[in-house]
Amino acid sequence: MQVNMKVNGAEVSEEIEPRHLLVHFIRDQLGLTGTHWGCDTSNCGTCVVLIDGEPVKSCTQLAAMAGGHDVTTVEGLEVDGVLDPVQEGFMQCHGLQCGFCTPGMMLTARALLNADPDPSEDVIREAISGQICRCTGYSTIVRSIQWAANHETSVSLESAS
Amino acid sequence: MQVPAPIEYERATSVEHAVALRSELGDEARFIAGGHSLLPMMKLRLANPTHLIDINDLKELFYIREADSEVRIGAMARHRDLLDSELLARHFPIFRDAERVIADPTVRNRGTLGGSLCQADPSEDLSAVCTALDASCVITSSDGQRVVPMHAFHVGPYETAVANNEMLTEIRIPLRPGGGSAYQKVERRAGDWAVVSAGAAVWMDAGTIVDGRVGLAAVGPDTTSIQPVAEALAGAAPTEDLYQRVGEIAASNCSPETDGRGTAAYKTHLVAELTRRALRTAVARAQRQEV
Ligand SMILES: Cc1cc2nc3c(=O)[nH]c(=O)nc-3n(C[C@H](O)[C@H](O)[C@H](O)COP(=O)(O)OP(=O)(O)OC[C@H]3O[C@@H](n4cnc5c(N)ncnc54)[C@H](O)[C@@H]3O)c2cc1C
Ligand code: FES
Ligand code: FES
Repeated sequence: MQVNMKVNGAEVSEEIEPRHLLVHFIRDQLGLTGTHWGCDTSNCGTCVVLIDGEPVKSCTQLAAMAGGHDVTTVEGLEVDGVLDPVQEGFMQCHGLQCGFCTPGMMLTARALLNADPDPSEDVIREAISGQICRCTGYSTIVRSIQWAANHETSVSLESAS
Repeated sequence: MQVPAPIEYERATSVEHAVALRSELGDEARFIAGGHSLLPMMKLRLANPTHLIDINDLKELFYIREADSEVRIGAMARHRDLLDSELLARHFPIFRDAERVIADPTVRNRGTLGGSLCQADPSEDLSAVCTALDASCVITSSDGQRVVPMHAFHVGPYETAVANNEMLTEIRIPLRPGGGSAYQKVERRAGDWAVVSAGAAVWMDAGTIVDGRVGLAAVGPDTTSIQPVAEALAGAAPTEDLYQRVGEIAASNCSPETDGRGTAAYKTHLVAELTRRALRTAVARAQRQEV
């Protein structure tokens, strides 16, 4: 079947098998390997992408179900060479070690900050609670997201200029 | 790598279209709502539908509203909508209690009330919630609608009253005076399925429990409503003795199994304790002594 959707702002139109999962469509068919694929059982959250701005585990959605929707992957966070404040925060605060969980963590952080520009630590921890990090112990991830919250305007202003 | 077996995919554009497709495509067709129970089952070949009918475009099923002394919830209301709803939090705080601990925020962005009830997994939380609240289910087919009370909705584990040409479209919860409700769950880690859950709802008048229900999850089939509990609660004064007794009744009316989440004895202990806690909070809320 034919599926049409927006991925990181660009229209894509592809022939797929209806049984294909969104995570494989994004990685194997679109070649966007920033979206990671881990547990395959909706538990780890490394496969999280945004569908119409909401974090969704892409190993547990069919590519066909995303048809007509807006999908954002980690590749879509950077715009014209300028990193998203969330990406900058993960660099500044050592929010990753091996980096396997990072794409999902950053997309959930982006969605959280869009809805709540000044989240408390508890709110941040709740937001990422469906995502597993084996390396950092989460504290630096929380700090990275707080860094992004504190730098939202300055970085966005820079990117606008 | 886990991938579902080959399927055909259709997108429904209205409830009418959805039920027409369901009748036309035969017994092996299934609706897909959030997909967070069905797709994992398909990956494991525990479910092998030939066709999936995607109902995510049915905007007419995404509501939570008050009408005719009932709260009516569309089958496609997602966990997140149930968690965020002020209307539900005001009338039925059991929903927010439960939704806070159902899966994780990312799963809650997709999973739906209709999908949860139709999955009919004995570990699933919302069936206990809806049964405690004396909800009923609106089931729609090309021939019209019928309303089935929650206690008759589940006909067995993973089996419901919804026939192959039908769809669950709405859940109705009666609004009655003096109501209070609460949910308690023990899980091994954030976002996990219950080791045991207990939900309680009571309706009070002049300091007495007029009517009350307790529903359990993860402790065997047929525990979403425990009749002897309802009998013990009707007309009783809300005392610690009562909670104690009702906890014991609940514990002797379930059939937990020893598994990775705990031993049967531990789960039975949890049933009694969580029932007591849920009842205590439900009564306090009914008495407007919100805790
Ligand atoms: C990691 C993880 C953790 C979870 N933890 C919990 C938990 O702690 N507690 C809990 O209760 N649940 C939990 N769940 C399950 C979650 O709540 C599911 O989203 C829910 O059970 C199913 O909803 P769904 O919309 O995804 O249904 P789907 O998977 O789309 O459908 C489930 C079944 O219902 C049928 N169906 C769906 N909608 C309708 C309808 N309107 N009419 C007729 N049939 C319909 C489908 O055909 C299918 O057979 C968890 C899931 C995951 C992945
Ligand atoms: S790969 Fe999707 S949640 Fe782990
Ligand atoms: S950085 Fe390694 S899993 Fe999170």
